[in-house]
Amino acid sequence: MSSTVSSDKLLREFAPQIEHTSRLGKLWIGFLIVVICYGWFALYWQVSRGHIVTGMRDNVVWGVYIVNFIFFMGISYAGALISGTLHLFHAEWRKPIIRMAEFITIISLLIGPCFIMLCVGRLDRLPNLILFGRIQSPITWDVIAISTDIFGCILFLYLALLRDLGKMRDFAELKVPQWQKKMYKILALGYTGTPDQQIRLKKATDIMAAMVIAIAIIVYSVLAWIFSVTLQPGWHSTIFGPYFVIAAVYSGTGVLIVSMFFFRKAYHLEEHITLQHFVNVGVIMLVLGAFFGYFTFSEYLTKWYGSEKNDEQLIQVLLKNYFFLFILSNYVGVLVPLIVVGFKKLRTIRNITIAAGIVVVALWLNRYLIVVPTLETPYLPIQDSRLAWQHYSATWVEWALTAAGCAMFCLLFTIASKLIPIVQVSDLKEEPLEAGDIYLK
Amino acid sequence: MKNKKNEETNSRRNFLKLGLMAGAGTVAATGLLTTGCSSSGEKIKVLTTSGEVMEVDKNYLTLAPVGREESHEGIPGRKFVMVIDLAKCKNARKCVEACQQGHHLPKGEEFMKVYLMQDSEKTAPYWFPKPCYHCDNPQCVSVCPVGATYKRSDGIVLIDNERCIGCKFCMTGCPYSTRVFAWKPDEEYELDQPYSPEKGVPGVEGTVSKCDFCPDMAREGKLPYCASACPMGVIYFGDIDEDVVTNGTETFKFSELIRDRSGYRYLENLGTRPNVYYLPPVDRQFPVERGLDGLDEETRKRFDNTPYVKKLKDKEVKL
Repeated sequence: MSSTVSSDKLLREFAPQIEHTSRLGKLWIGFLIVVICYGWFALYWQVSRGHIVTGMRDNVVWGVYIVNFIFFMGISYAGALISGTLHLFHAEWRKPIIRMAEFITIISLLIGPCFIMLCVGRLDRLPNLILFGRIQSPITWDVIAISTDIFGCILFLYLALLRDLGKMRDFAELKVPQWQKKMYKILALGYTGTPDQQIRLKKATDIMAAMVIAIAIIVYSVLAWIFSVTLQPGWHSTIFGPYFVIAAVYSGTGVLIVSMFFFRKAYHLEEHITLQHFVNVGVIMLVLGAFFGYFTFSEYLTKWYGSEKNDEQLIQVLLKNYFFLFILSNYVGVLVPLIVVGFKKLRTIRNITIAAGIVVVALWLNRYLIVVPTLETPYLPIQDSRLAWQHYSATWVEWALTAAGCAMFCLLFTIASKLIPIVQVSDLKEEPLEAGDIYLK
Repeated sequence: MKNKKNEETNSRRNFLKLGLMAGAGTVAATGLLTTGCSSSGEKIKVLTTSGEVMEVDKNYLTLAPVGREESHEGIPGRKFVMVIDLAKCKNARKCVEACQQGHHLPKGEEFMKVYLMQDSEKTAPYWFPKPCYHCDNPQCVSVCPVGATYKRSDGIVLIDNERCIGCKFCMTGCPYSTRVFAWKPDEEYELDQPYSPEKGVPGVEGTVSKCDFCPDMAREGKLPYCASACPMGVIYFGDIDEDVVTNGTETFKFSELIRDRSGYRYLENLGTRPNVYYLPPVDRQFPVERGLDGLDEETRKRFDNTPYVKKLKDKEVKL
């Protein structure tokens, strides 16, 4: 019986974040809505005037939209892989942060595909993907993989939420509107926490955790293959599948740490999310960073050393036109987390968060440097008098929609945290009785 | 009603077997029967694929373009090929102009492009007309998620502009920068007949288009716009199975032309197996700088960043 008491106590602690929104919180939500409206205006602009309002032209046909797509898909896999792996390995410390990782997964998974829609010339013909779909095309693989991933991740998150939803339903003191109480009741699916239910839930969660890891790897590899199946010099690389997977999880740990920092501040979770959590996730980030640096290095080393004509041309453009971005994404983005987390003295919550922020920016730039410079250096030289055809630079429309995408991410994250405790309440103090016996039998 | 329709399609099929020989061993095209046209009394002699001469009423031969459905099949018994003689090209740009005009393309959206190429620092620069290569292993066709771009039995790669979703994957898939995207609506051009992928017209906004080897012209027994417009006779068009190519004035056996003049395909190592062959720029008829004469300002500027033009400018400065 003691466990029920403790989770009630926890619920009482987390109730204010669900019951009230502070003034700062309201301001924050208002700001996000303004940014999203700006994005809607940009979208209207693009739809009414055609893709000519973007910076994309016949050579660079994919721009920041695709970069954002890869980026958001990337952080979503991170959530899946981190929460899935930590769940399977029974890492006890995961409990306060696992909900955040799962929210990141779902929300970015919903936002990512929107960006590829922005890049498509004829949105009215999207049903053709189903009506005339060709399985030979990597885009069809992607459509199948991403929809499977969305389904799998939502299921995984839902299973993880079930116990909390039951708790919320039974928690009489919660002062929320009637519809919200009803929502908890419906969503909880009559879960009361009987031993039988616990075992079944545990089994299902274990299976989904393993599935989500596998799906995430497949989906991100498919995404990488969209690039590497083409003959373009910077893309046609066998390493791209694993490289993208690593880069994805790496960027995801970054986003996780940053959101841990902000939620800890906003909801006063200092007691639950401690330096130890930052260090633990930081160490995961460090390992992934080392892998990412290694992949990046071998990718560019072989190109540079072999110096095949078109590869050499690409490297020259990267080092000439994109020098600072290249250094920032592939050196600073690897070395800073290595140093900050690597040296014990530097391991403070603030430092680790700053390093994670750098990782997030660096990984966005990394994708930009994969997409754009390659398209600027095709096999046949670009001979065009129009500057926009030679060099890509994103227009306000693209930036507005990018900002709106990020704002949407933050908004959905905030709303989610207003509906369900951002820290898993039930798991914090309880484990299903037979947990040890059920695990991967 | 249904039976009547069947009869019509049957007779159409019979007619598809007819091959129309235009001139001695040059380009051939196939006649197509249209439904519901009356006989004109004027007869035209055509050669069937089995070698027999047959007389057909003129009104039974429609001239292309064929409908959307038929455009998915190639012209029976054909395998088109193009040979471009780099020794004769002087960037007169008549091919580009004729192509633009024939396909109603707006300025800046070119199916045929002429590059100023220089393979390496010490090798000689040359002019390089580049249509679509209509590859036998087309990357663009492989990656298309909806089958909007397809390969036909006559070797031509076409785009169905009414199916294309505009994902631009084919544009990144093509290693030859052949495809163009309709970034904005084309206000000037309006379709005046039912749409056919065979009749390359400016793409609808948000779709991809490209050089189509003018199959509508081939059906009429005519050369593509670029080939007939070139004053130097640079561009030869023909049939690789019949082993014949022509530029309108001269006709060659394809295999002999390729053998005698060391024909090659651009970027053979990519494995795309193009159907456009180049004859190397040897024994040139014009010095390369002639190609820079008489260009309008905009076109001239395109070549400003090429090593050759940069070098020319350096020399001028020194003098």
